[in-house]
Amino acid sequence: MSLSLWRKIVNAVMLTLTGVCTVFTISVLFIILGLLLYKGGSSLNWDFFTKLPVPPGETGGGLANAIVGSAQIVGLAALIGIPIGFLAGVYLSEYEDKQFASFVRYVADLLNGVPSIIVGILAWTLVVLPMKTMSGLAGSIALAVMLIPIVTRQTEQFLREVPLALREGALALGASKWRTIATVVVPAGSKGILTGMILGVARIAGESAPLLFTALNNQYWGGLREPTASLPVMIYKLAISPYDDWNRQAWAAGLVLIALVLVANISARLVLAKGVSVPRG
Amino acid sequence: MRTVSWALTGLLVVGTAPFAAAQKINACGASFPAPIYQKWFLEYGKAHQGVQINYEANGSGGGKKGVTDGTVDFGASDMPMTDKELADAAAKGRKLLHFPTVMGAVVPSYNIPGVTQDLKFSPEALAGIYLGTIKKWNDPVIAKDNAGVKLPAEDIVVVHRTDGSGTTFVWTDYLSKVSPEWKSKVGANSAVSWPVGLGGPQNAGVMGLVKQQPNSIGYVELLYASQNKVPYGMVKNSAGKFIKGSVDSVTEAAAGAAKDMPKDFRVSITNAPGANSYPISSFTWLLVPEKISDPAKAKEIKAMIRWVLTDGQKECPALDYAPLPKNVVSMEMKQIDAVQ
Amino acid sequence: MATPAAVQTAKVKAPAQTGDIVARFVVLFFAVVLLALAVLLVIELFIGSAAARHSLGWGFLTSSKWNPVSEEFGALPFIYGTVITSSVALLLSIPFGVGAAIFLSELAPAGVSNALTFVIELLAAIPSVIYGLLAIFTLVPLMRTTIEPALKAAFGFLPFFQGPALGVGYLTAGLVLAIMTIPFIISVSRESLLAVPRDQREAALALGATKWETTWQIVVPYAKLGILGSIFLGLARALGETMAVTMVIGNDPRVHASLLASGYSIAAVIANEFAEANGTIHPAALIELGLVLFGVTVVINAFARLMIIATTKKGSKRP
Repeated sequence: MSLSLWRKIVNAVMLTLTGVCTVFTISVLFIILGLLLYKGGSSLNWDFFTKLPVPPGETGGGLANAIVGSAQIVGLAALIGIPIGFLAGVYLSEYEDKQFASFVRYVADLLNGVPSIIVGILAWTLVVLPMKTMSGLAGSIALAVMLIPIVTRQTEQFLREVPLALREGALALGASKWRTIATVVVPAGSKGILTGMILGVARIAGESAPLLFTALNNQYWGGLREPTASLPVMIYKLAISPYDDWNRQAWAAGLVLIALVLVANISARLVLAKGVSVPRG
Repeated sequence: MRTVSWALTGLLVVGTAPFAAAQKINACGASFPAPIYQKWFLEYGKAHQGVQINYEANGSGGGKKGVTDGTVDFGASDMPMTDKELADAAAKGRKLLHFPTVMGAVVPSYNIPGVTQDLKFSPEALAGIYLGTIKKWNDPVIAKDNAGVKLPAEDIVVVHRTDGSGTTFVWTDYLSKVSPEWKSKVGANSAVSWPVGLGGPQNAGVMGLVKQQPNSIGYVELLYASQNKVPYGMVKNSAGKFIKGSVDSVTEAAAGAAKDMPKDFRVSITNAPGANSYPISSFTWLLVPEKISDPAKAKEIKAMIRWVLTDGQKECPALDYAPLPKNVVSMEMKQIDAVQ
Repeated sequence: MATPAAVQTAKVKAPAQTGDIVARFVVLFFAVVLLALAVLLVIELFIGSAAARHSLGWGFLTSSKWNPVSEEFGALPFIYGTVITSSVALLLSIPFGVGAAIFLSELAPAGVSNALTFVIELLAAIPSVIYGLLAIFTLVPLMRTTIEPALKAAFGFLPFFQGPALGVGYLTAGLVLAIMTIPFIISVSRESLLAVPRDQREAALALGATKWETTWQIVVPYAKLGILGSIFLGLARALGETMAVTMVIGNDPRVHASLLASGYSIAAVIANEFAEANGTIHPAALIELGLVLFGVTVVINAFARLMIIATTKKGSKRP
């Protein structure tokens, strides 16, 4: 076989393989979605959204308390985490204190990479022990600690992309620095910042590990000062249980959770609509 | 953006507003009695102005820890607290009382494709399986008690608990009593160093694993196996008979202990004497602090225990739990007064 | 358009006003809050694990005993399980991830590439517990009935593929982790590949190289730091995964040579045992495991960051 023919064959084969890899990855996503729709869709009914869970062995009931519980926990986590993350991000982008800012940036990345179960341990020692009870609040704090670095880095990234000219223009017109940031820079970067916040909240909404021993679970409606049910924790418990009815509900809950997460992700990214053109040969 | 912030504020208000003026009590612990506890508390709540007793079955270990640390109002465990554990709790300001609620059976349930009959397990068989010395289902030790059953030449998949479990304690307590090798190598406790096997959390997790894994065996409370239609075997008791776990065989196992019930109610009824007693039976206890700081909660908890000991007992047989012997109930009624 | 805005802003001095001073204080405060959280985390991990560290010493890292009764604890089975599952995950996700990244950056037209990347990045957003749910009911039976027996038949002479086909175990956990890490590798690798200047490709093609040769011998080496960074990022993620792993690894605190065997990971054991670890040593041992995991992920994340930064600084020519 001549060298050029061999090279052409290698070329064709390898390039096709890369296409195969892509197709494989994409199909995994569709398989996941398909399975959830198929197995979960059939179990979704009005009861699921409105009723409380029933004791083991009985059928029926729903996960209303888990849905509301998740909303409470994630809502509070967002209320705590978003302002802190946002303002820290503003600091990193607009106030370059050289060493200190790089240190904070490094720590933010560090916190971003901490496994979620370890954040759970932190919330346990900080909130559960002093409060002497598991609570939705402890869960919220765990999730907030995970949310803060995400929002910080996203805020910083999108504020940095705001062109210098805008800042200079505002300053030239006599605006003070904080005025410039608040009324010119932040609004200019708001699309990206908002995207970061939505993606961050979607990420923590799906977290189960940090809630296992902070918010625990509840057969009834919980609250921020007592154990609270949440969708991700319920999915875990229902999935590993032997009861067929509970397994069904796990699928349904999984479908609801993934629908929320994907809707948030898709809408956030569409808001951003960052089209990247590809320079290639 | 504005609608988002209003929505979030609304959520916060909704989140912190009391859902009802109901008394809320938090408990956690054993999964062994969880099906009947959760049924009880649901019914009790309906009958008593919506008192909400939230019971989370995260294992006896979780119950002991929760009530010791004070993160729950009362706990539940199928392993009585040891003297050291009670001393630790007392050191934290919580003197704990044991209240037996029901008796139940820990059964060896299995999932062997093709085997639908009730298998007979000798103590040697169970100990060998869980020690890892008996590796296949058609091992002679198992086969000799099960003539007529076609046991496959497959590896046994052993399933145990991952969490601190009273059910584990009952199981290992039994194995320690019948197998010196088990006693010296592993011992009896709520969490042990298992020689072999996969782990699942709580009774539900073990049952789930057994259900999904062919050729597996796992120890669970009777109701979990019967509710999920998973076959469970008979165990040879100290009188030499193969007995299946049931309300009657558990009641007989408790009969001897009931006569000599100690004041603190801490007793083991594994491998109990009696021709028809089931050897892997156990009481299960509520762990209640002697002093409850909130008077309203104390009142509710005492009322609930009274209800459990009287009306609640009627529900036991339907869920395959054995009701308490009468003399134990009267002893407990007296102990309720000690709770303040 | 990534102008170093902040650096240049500093050169333009705004008139100092009280509003500015307050604003600066406010944002600085919250930056410090972030720092404080991280410091608090590290302190809590150290304090919480003190009892275990003092009584178990360095032997903790090499011992395989995990006995809550005799209070002897060893981290080896969990470290082993974490390393093995993550290694399997990387072994599977690197070829697929880099392959797909190459396709998306070199072959696919811009619109298709962006759309497909968008879809792939959605995979990264799927919660861990949902991967676990799917794995229990679809992957585990598949592994047990089809894939593991096939592997045993083909490679059973190796110690890695011996023992009963359970469906749960290191291999299944590694597979699930692989699917969870692929989107990270694709996303970052694709960015690194796109950052390679066009003239590098054109020069190679002009010299008569095929597209594949250009890609593999010129473009990929140029972007290798970023690709490596993406791999480390994926690794850090895989090491800390909790739910999906505990649902399919079998939760068996021992060391096994075979990939088909059940095992345990650091994150999984903490999730399973922390809520009811009683006494002084047991919870401390779990927190010490957490400290080990934290330390390892910090180091790997730091590496990843360094590599990714190095790449994006290196002649990025994107309009």
